[in-house]
Amino acid sequence: MSSLNKSSFSKILFSYFPTLILFLSVFNEHDFNYLKIEYFSFNFVYILIFYWTLRSPNQLGYISIFLAGIINDVIMGLPIGISSLCYLLICSVTAYIRNITLIYNFINDWISILFTLLLINSIQILILDLIFNYNLDYLSYLINSGFTFLLYPLFYLIFNYLDQKILLQPND
Amino acid sequence: MASGRDDFVIAFRSAILKKKDKQRFSLLTLLFLSIFVLILSSFNLKIINYIKFGINEVVYRSSYLISIPENKIQKIKHQLSTHLEIYNKYQDIKSELNILKEEKLTNDFLKLENKKLRNLIKESVSSKEILAKVLIDKESPFLKSIVLNKGSKDNVKIGMAIMDGSYLIGKIIEINYTNSRALLLSDLNSKIPVMLLPDRIQAVISGTGENHGIIEYTKEKLDNEINEKDRIIYTSGIAGLFKSGIPVGRMFKKSNGRIDFFSKFTQLEYVKIVSFDLESVK
Repeated sequence: MSSLNKSSFSKILFSYFPTLILFLSVFNEHDFNYLKIEYFSFNFVYILIFYWTLRSPNQLGYISIFLAGIINDVIMGLPIGISSLCYLLICSVTAYIRNITLIYNFINDWISILFTLLLINSIQILILDLIFNYNLDYLSYLINSGFTFLLYPLFYLIFNYLDQKILLQPND
Repeated sequence: MASGRDDFVIAFRSAILKKKDKQRFSLLTLLFLSIFVLILSSFNLKIINYIKFGINEVVYRSSYLISIPENKIQKIKHQLSTHLEIYNKYQDIKSELNILKEEKLTNDFLKLENKKLRNLIKESVSSKEILAKVLIDKESPFLKSIVLNKGSKDNVKIGMAIMDGSYLIGKIIEINYTNSRALLLSDLNSKIPVMLLPDRIQAVISGTGENHGIIEYTKEKLDNEINEKDRIIYTSGIAGLFKSGIPVGRMFKKSNGRIDFFSKFTQLEYVKIVSFDLESVK
């Protein structure tokens, strides 16, 4: 009985893993986006959303992504709705890629994330700078996009492993 | 060519309109919802502000609770590293204390003299202090701000100064019922009127997004002069928000206007929210 419970608990935990990590990373003070290393920052949430909505869209709901964006804006002090918009734009790109792709290819994903990052960071800068008059450091955004792109393969391997684990959960 | 464009339109339309098995809303609905929220949040209407306060209260408290384990680990790490450096620090502090004791005597005299002079021009500065705990200190490469556990119910108001001991570190920019957000001096959007001593040069300093500031504005003729010697930066009190003479940071000569703040913004745990009133002595 206990093993049965344990198995179903781990099953639930694994199936909600992407959502849990998404909310932990936006709620937690420790920012994956900023590791306090000069000239090094990457956006973990972008990678997480890009991978899971592209490869395993059923594991990460759009509503969760929308809410995570709202929470991120509140914590970061950004205009509410801007992160949700950016996160959902990533989902739009991944949904489009899923529609036009028959066989998944890592290189295609990798190039697509670069295009997506440049697109959403440009949109974010345009909104913050032109509409909300925020002073922004463009170089930080560029560095952030660069490292997010470079680190995608590493997280791809980790998430791929976890995705396999979720898919291979034994049936009771 | 036309067929290629049609394929793109069909694939894109299907991507944003089609709902997956576990998705309750289509992407298009949520995209419109986030744009709607973004537009609403930019309006300064009473009802929207109340909703915003509510969301802020819940999110800040939740974030504080979720960050407790990580903060504990960081605290232990910090304590361990300070314990290892304790002997060297003790030696430094001992010699520094002797110098400070000497300086205190001069300072006491200057304080009395200052009070006497203020009385002569019939002016006094009173201040109210509220001690606040830092709830969220989420650093970002783009924005530098902290969330404090005191809000409108504790009479916190927009523009009040945030101080770490006697050093200025920022000002209040957003208030909720039980908490508030302070913009740190290191943020790109922070602009503070200051005075560069010893020559009493007026300037405006701005944050850089890093843990230091920069002199953004002085009179043209003084641009070269300010880099000629080491300087201590104090608030000038010109904007009327802060009193003059609050220490902000230090500028070394030939540093091209770079200011190293006295306070370490990464180590903030408790801060003071201070309001200053310039009163006339009756």
